[in-house]
Amino acid sequence: MNPLSPTDPRPKFTKNDFVSGAEVRWCPGCGDYSILGAMQQTLAKLDVPRENYVFVSGIGCSSRFPYYMNNYGFHTIHGRAPTIATGLRCVNPDLSIWVITGDGDGLSIGGNHIIHAMRRNLNFNIMLVNNQIYGLTKGQYSPTSPTGKMTKSSPYGSIDHPINPLCLAIASEATFIARTLDGDPRHMSMIFERAMKHKGVSFIEVYQNCIIFNDKTFQPVTGRDTREDRMVFLEHGKPLLFGKNKSKTVRLNGLFPEVVDYDPTNTRSLLIHDEADPRPHHAYLLTQMTYPDFPVPFGVFRSVEKPTYDELMNGQIADVIAKKGRGNLKDLIYGPDTWEVK
Amino acid sequence: MSPTKTKKTIAAVTVRFAGDSGDGMQLTGDQFTDTTAVMGNDFSTLPEFPAEIRAPAGTLPGVSSFQVQFSDAVIFTPGDIADVLVAMNPAALKVSLKHVRKGGLIIVNSSSFTQNDLGKAAWATNPLEDKTLVDFQVLQVPLSELTANALQGHPLKGSEVDRCKNFFALGMMFWLYDRSFDHTVDWIRRKFVKRPEIVEANVAVLKAGYNYADITEVLQTRYEVKKSKLEPGTYRKITGNEAAAIGFITAAQLAGKTLFYGSYPITPASGILQDLAKAKNFGVKTFQAEDEIAAVGSAIGAAFGGEIGLTGTSGPGLCLKSEAMNLAVMTELPVIVINVQRSGPSTGMPTKMEQTDLLQVLFGRNGESPIAVVAPKTPSDCFDMAVEAVRLALTHMTPVVFLSDGYLANSAEPWRLPEIDKLPKIAVTHPSSWNGPFTPYARDAKTLARPWAKPGTPGLEHRIGGLGKAEITGAVSYDPDNHEKMIYLRAEKVARIADDIPEIAVRGPASGALLVLGWGSTYGSIHAALTALAEAGKIASQAHLNYLNPFPRNLGSVLRQFKTVLIPELNTGQLIMLLRHHFPNVKFKGYNRVTGVPFQVAELTEKIGGML
Repeated sequence: MNPLSPTDPRPKFTKNDFVSGAEVRWCPGCGDYSILGAMQQTLAKLDVPRENYVFVSGIGCSSRFPYYMNNYGFHTIHGRAPTIATGLRCVNPDLSIWVITGDGDGLSIGGNHIIHAMRRNLNFNIMLVNNQIYGLTKGQYSPTSPTGKMTKSSPYGSIDHPINPLCLAIASEATFIARTLDGDPRHMSMIFERAMKHKGVSFIEVYQNCIIFNDKTFQPVTGRDTREDRMVFLEHGKPLLFGKNKSKTVRLNGLFPEVVDYDPTNTRSLLIHDEADPRPHHAYLLTQMTYPDFPVPFGVFRSVEKPTYDELMNGQIADVIAKKGRGNLKDLIYGPDTWEVK
Repeated sequence: MSPTKTKKTIAAVTVRFAGDSGDGMQLTGDQFTDTTAVMGNDFSTLPEFPAEIRAPAGTLPGVSSFQVQFSDAVIFTPGDIADVLVAMNPAALKVSLKHVRKGGLIIVNSSSFTQNDLGKAAWATNPLEDKTLVDFQVLQVPLSELTANALQGHPLKGSEVDRCKNFFALGMMFWLYDRSFDHTVDWIRRKFVKRPEIVEANVAVLKAGYNYADITEVLQTRYEVKKSKLEPGTYRKITGNEAAAIGFITAAQLAGKTLFYGSYPITPASGILQDLAKAKNFGVKTFQAEDEIAAVGSAIGAAFGGEIGLTGTSGPGLCLKSEAMNLAVMTELPVIVINVQRSGPSTGMPTKMEQTDLLQVLFGRNGESPIAVVAPKTPSDCFDMAVEAVRLALTHMTPVVFLSDGYLANSAEPWRLPEIDKLPKIAVTHPSSWNGPFTPYARDAKTLARPWAKPGTPGLEHRIGGLGKAEITGAVSYDPDNHEKMIYLRAEKVARIADDIPEIAVRGPASGALLVLGWGSTYGSIHAALTALAEAGKIASQAHLNYLNPFPRNLGSVLRQFKTVLIPELNTGQLIMLLRHHFPNVKFKGYNRVTGVPFQVAELTEKIGGML
């Protein structure tokens, strides 16, 4: 990110500075409204001028996102946003780039690109808005829909086994991995800010409610009555505490986690969250904690440092220039062997 | 030279080297060609290799060959048929026999004509002993034994010794055509600088081959091909892929921009990726993408970022890029797409060429999707057309396809080098401010190009995308009249490129009975056929299209000067279909072959001659 220069006369930003003014056309009650609001709030808190943000999206409800942000934006084609963001990042290291995608766009038609963007550690943020349904095409099951899900294209229940987005991120060795939810603007904002400050690829899954085609799908986990027992907010260096009065926690029994009552006097074998662990095991284990057997983790699963793709690309170019000198067009055109015709 | 031997001067020769994929035939051909270049001949080469990396040794699918024609005159093709064949094994002889003229010289490696190798090549009897070769002069040379003899005392392993035998054959060819082996010796020294024992062995074998040819009684005559009357200047040998890579780097420098190349390896386009990946000291950014779609997507991203977004592929890859190319059409970004055509449909014949993607690049996308198309006509012309492709894309804010093919990609010819200081700069402007709210779809009055605002520019924040665009503002629009208007605006923008490209020129009379009009790599064969006919007093005119969309402004008026226009194409009639639509009153005739190889000059001469 390129911060506002100290001499820039513009006043500090407000949320409105990031509102494009285009009429927002999501369904009333759609979870995307709060995600958009949280993003605009977050950007207003930072001191990066708005011309340095680029929002790149694919196809789907959430992919309309760039139209509503008063920044540079590119609404591309289905599943391909990471590829466009890759080219943009390679030619401009100064921009703050967001890829906005959904469960169909990012994990089905564009699944390949997501994997490769993450394993290359491209320095941009990927927000995957997961509502476990195809909304824009009006209600077919998605790659994150649970098995048995009855939708317009699975009237007898989906026979697909769902993909776990964060598990895919771990497998691709993404350097920043997080989960948040549309109903918690403050948490979203915290995660967005951390993602932007992370150098390298950030992958954020946002649980989002599709009010029309998959209403209340996350309710059993995130509902007001159940959330204390079924959600756990990760804190670096601390045990995973949840339940009323934070009375429950998770410990390791060999390779496997199990829920136990929290006893502050006996913390042996307790799972202590370590987002900075360079090995993937801990974060992977967290991705496998799902309702109803475990509380579902939210927060930063993993945040580690690795050289970014554009750093390596520019570094290699600088090294070659240092070694060989800047390329001379005449030498290139003439090549190793020429001859004269008189 | 042995005193009993004679020397004859001839005008042109076609030599074909054929052997197993592991025999080093491409290298041998390259070395022979390099020396030919230094000797001042004009030349043209045709490498042919199997798609398999190493098909089983000694089998027919494993044969790799390299044909080169060199001449004392200006030539345009690698020759229809070889005067001399060097065949390293029975399979190479079998595959190549139809490429040798009756009465031609065949040098065979007789060491390889064992029962086992004959069987692998499906010879029922030994062709060296039956009547198969009665129409040819045959020189049997036990290359393996002679090479082993030459290397007695050298510290190489047996397998390494045998791998030197191509240099024995090359040495013989240098004697036969009276060329010095010094250039190749220099090359060997440079290439194996860290393996002095390999240098010594290869040089020894090369000289042994040369001396063997001098001593053997079977070769009584050697041939001289005098220097060619090429235009004065500095020359180098160049293939189409090499020229394209250099052209795109040059274009980026002329425009003062970073060249970004996103590509996924595919035959026969990979050479461009490899060449550009080496050019890091020119600031070239290459991205080997996860697939063809990511490759074009990344190029679009680079173009959105205000730099040169280039992607490259061959037919099957182009199919995958179609949707993204349409995104570049809708967002009006200057993306350049290289398509090195190969034989299709589907995987087809990856190492063979044809001109079958013309209609695909013009029409193979959903909706009304105009894209500019340029096509180089010779290997060195790939340089000029690469610069043109970038210039047109940047000036007119449109995707441009650079339509090459597998023959241009790999064939080499002498390239008269351009004067670098005289290459015109490519003017690019990025707005830094705007009068009122920024309007990304406002247009230049002359070209209809939209402004190219770079992300990071304060005050010009805007959103683009694949959805229908409102005129001027670029806002999402479903308005029926706006939609239709934008379709015509985009078409008109590409059509106006015709004001910015050269008119088509006619070689020969400007009017008459017959014009032969080609496009792409058929230029050389057509040129050679018309030259041969003219020498026989039969005159037809030639014109060649470098620009396929839009056509040059004067094309119609040129065509109307001729009673008949013949369109030779290596497809079933794609250009002719377009021309019949555009110029319904011109009488067109097609001549079409789709065999995976370039036109033979002889077949074109016969076809055109029959029409005169």
